[in-house]
Amino acid sequence: MPASLRQWIVPALLAAFVVFLLVGSFQSALFAQQTVSGLANGGIYASLGVALVLIYRATQVINFAQGAIATFTTYVAWQIMQWGLGYWGAFVLTLCIAFVGGIAIELIAVRPVERRGNVLTVVIASIGVLIAVEGAVGWIWGPEIRFMPSAFPVRTYHVGSVAFSLQDLGTIGVSIASVIVLWALFQFTKLGLAMRAAAFRPDAARLVGVRVSWMLSLGWGLAAVLGAVAGMMAAASPSVLLQPNMMDGVLIYAFAAAVLGGLESPAGAVIGGLAIGAMLNLLSSYVSWVTPQLLLPAAFVVMLVVLLVKPSGLFGRSRVRRV
Amino acid sequence: MAPLLALRDLHARYGQVRALHGVSLEVEEGQIVALLGANGAGKTTTLRAVSGVVRREGTVTYAGKALTREGPEQVARLGIAHVPEGRGTFSELTVWENLRLGAITRRGSIDADLQRVLTFFPWLEKRKSQQAGTLSGGEQQMLAIARAMMQRPRMLLIDEPSLGLAPLVVAEIFRILRDLNENEGTTVLLVEQNARNSLAVSHHAYVLETGRVAYSGTSDELAQNEAIRRSYLGY
Amino acid sequence: MKQHGLKQHWFEGVVIAIAAVVIAVMPFLLSNYNRSQGATVAVYVIAILGLNVVTGYTGQISIGHGAFMAIGGYTTAILTHDHGWSDIATLPVALVIGFGAGVVVGLPALRFHGAYLALLTFALALAVPQLAKNYSHFTGGTEGLALPTHTGWWLYGVGWSCAAVIYVLTWFLLRGRTGRAFRAVRDSEIAAASSGIGLALHKTLAFGVSAAFAAVAGSIYVLINNFVNPDVFGLTLSLYILIGAVVGGLGSLWGVVIGAAFIQLLPIGLTSSSAVSSEAVPVVFGAIVIVVMALLPQGSAVIVGGLAGLPNRIRRRHSQYPPPRTEAR
Repeated sequence: MPASLRQWIVPALLAAFVVFLLVGSFQSALFAQQTVSGLANGGIYASLGVALVLIYRATQVINFAQGAIATFTTYVAWQIMQWGLGYWGAFVLTLCIAFVGGIAIELIAVRPVERRGNVLTVVIASIGVLIAVEGAVGWIWGPEIRFMPSAFPVRTYHVGSVAFSLQDLGTIGVSIASVIVLWALFQFTKLGLAMRAAAFRPDAARLVGVRVSWMLSLGWGLAAVLGAVAGMMAAASPSVLLQPNMMDGVLIYAFAAAVLGGLESPAGAVIGGLAIGAMLNLLSSYVSWVTPQLLLPAAFVVMLVVLLVKPSGLFGRSRVRRV
Repeated sequence: MAPLLALRDLHARYGQVRALHGVSLEVEEGQIVALLGANGAGKTTTLRAVSGVVRREGTVTYAGKALTREGPEQVARLGIAHVPEGRGTFSELTVWENLRLGAITRRGSIDADLQRVLTFFPWLEKRKSQQAGTLSGGEQQMLAIARAMMQRPRMLLIDEPSLGLAPLVVAEIFRILRDLNENEGTTVLLVEQNARNSLAVSHHAYVLETGRVAYSGTSDELAQNEAIRRSYLGY
Repeated sequence: MKQHGLKQHWFEGVVIAIAAVVIAVMPFLLSNYNRSQGATVAVYVIAILGLNVVTGYTGQISIGHGAFMAIGGYTTAILTHDHGWSDIATLPVALVIGFGAGVVVGLPALRFHGAYLALLTFALALAVPQLAKNYSHFTGGTEGLALPTHTGWWLYGVGWSCAAVIYVLTWFLLRGRTGRAFRAVRDSEIAAASSGIGLALHKTLAFGVSAAFAAVAGSIYVLINNFVNPDVFGLTLSLYILIGAVVGGLGSLWGVVIGAAFIQLLPIGLTSSSAVSSEAVPVVFGAIVIVVMALLPQGSAVIVGGLAGLPNRIRRRHSQYPPPRTEAR
């Protein structure tokens, strides 16, 4: 197939999937509801996926601790609410704490390791952070499952015969909003420009005066903020409960989202996340042998297939290996 | 008058490999100084040593102050703009974003600087949303110089601007460098392999050979002295 | 390519002999419970040896070795529980099945590098227990399967005998042409391919061998715990194996025992010394991993191998001839 045609395969598949979702939703109320619930989950995967892409793009490091950091910040939010602050107040305060926490982790656990070692040692260090942070959650708050209040009151909206929960719609809204805010930060602010320059060409960025290592720390901070959003939405959703290892599974779906979109493309992670969320939910509703336990292996298969067929993902650039 | 930039007994190495073995040179304010020599002579390393990109020993004095452990980020803020080998273009970003990056360390409005840059390179206006990596080699070189101008530098370090470019484009670029120097007063330290063009535009020249200064003199002298030219520059 | 023969390595031999004696004598000094702990260290030694072959020597990151241990463990459990096999007999079966699983994983892994392989193996570590939960007809589901118990002596003996055998096997494998091929692949795939080394063959072989060892480790692990369920082989185990391999030192056999001891004994040591409450152990553990990565990225093998090789280095400094090629360490 000529290359000019080949570049349309992915957009075509995507369009076909969207058409499928629309047609199905008009045909069946259940389909529409499951699609929206799936998209809500997908929003969570998308947020965490963008966080992963942020860090990977700048440093070629996969932050395996991203989920654990999200869990920790979610528990912090829960704690703040226990102390009496209202939901949205706690939300905003948690985002600030997450930002500072992300920077702190970069300074304490990543920078000292980066100086001495290679990418593998930083990956191991991120696994060390994963173990330490998840352990900290268990240590401080204990292993019991807790109840996380939702941002949105329990309410359903009816369109025709279809019932949409406010929770689902709100999750989609918040996830997309947070990604858009981040995107705006990168595109339109001086700081965002400096961060992009530092991620793409650190050496050239230094020559124009950009403090590249500081940009890196900020990147980790922003990634932690996105993770906090993902965690707070996840803990309130019915399929994920507030417990120390709650983001382990979500992390895999976020990986799948990032891989599907192309590890270096934030937009790709968003689309990948939404697609995976919708697809997995529909699979478990309509295909009888797909039990909840098979969803993780399913995500693994998605990742495997993408990496075998189009490693650069939907929106990544194909990298040529230089000999 | 004290020179704007003075290097004394500068040594530099990449890991275990020594690249500079005691380079000493001076650049007077308002001059264009050419740093010539063959491949591997240490010209690029000298610029990198000034910027703080590579580890150095010896003295680097800029505007009367000794530079010790400043890295490139701080050196840029001192008024030194470094256009590296290969232009250092941010290919993934637009032309406009490349220009804005030049002024990233400056506070306040950069409109005046943008206007100034556009008088030198009016074609940039039309291309401002174009991805910088899609420009031709010559255009990227001019973009790199424009980006350096946005820094309002007192001194410009520029590394092999003629590399890979057609003669007409090279002539244009050297004309722009002279323009910058004469009209804006920017001091220039120019590293080049293209000796002929460099000598035509510069006031003073140094020739490096395996990490040492082999010859120093005015550009006119060097251009006219056949014996020296032939043995050091090969023509 | 030994040019000076065994004489050169006498000191290393002494170190190994001392270690062997210590390991042999240990069970006499320990309580029954601690003997099973000691057996668990042997399990980790085997698993880490496996991980070292594929990651340390062939350069393919694998974060999910718990999955291969699960395969071995469930094989042993199902064969003894449902089909009445004797425990020891299941070990070779686990080895073979593990090898097969490794090859199955290794084949697609040929196409991935670094980050992607790490992602996939991490996902594998989480996905396999889910599969075990799902196909409960075979695996006993979330409740798992219970197995007969064994004495601490038996476990220690079986564990360390297997560990010794596999250690020697690994040493021979890595010393020979295969081992050199592995290292060539790790250092530069392109150079290796241009020298005629079959990339696909060696990378897949490395995965197969590595998974085979992990499967045996999983089998013994199940025998020690006398039961198996999906959580036994969860993410934590995979991560701890990786940490053990790294702390021990990737690309070197010297630190394997240290790495195994680290992951087994450190958490216990921390809790029993009352310095740290049991819930805080992971925090300290994670912090130590970070510190080790920052200060000693090559792991303790650098220290141990360095000490063991000291007499040789002293001799080399005084010798007139260029030093011989170093052997697999």
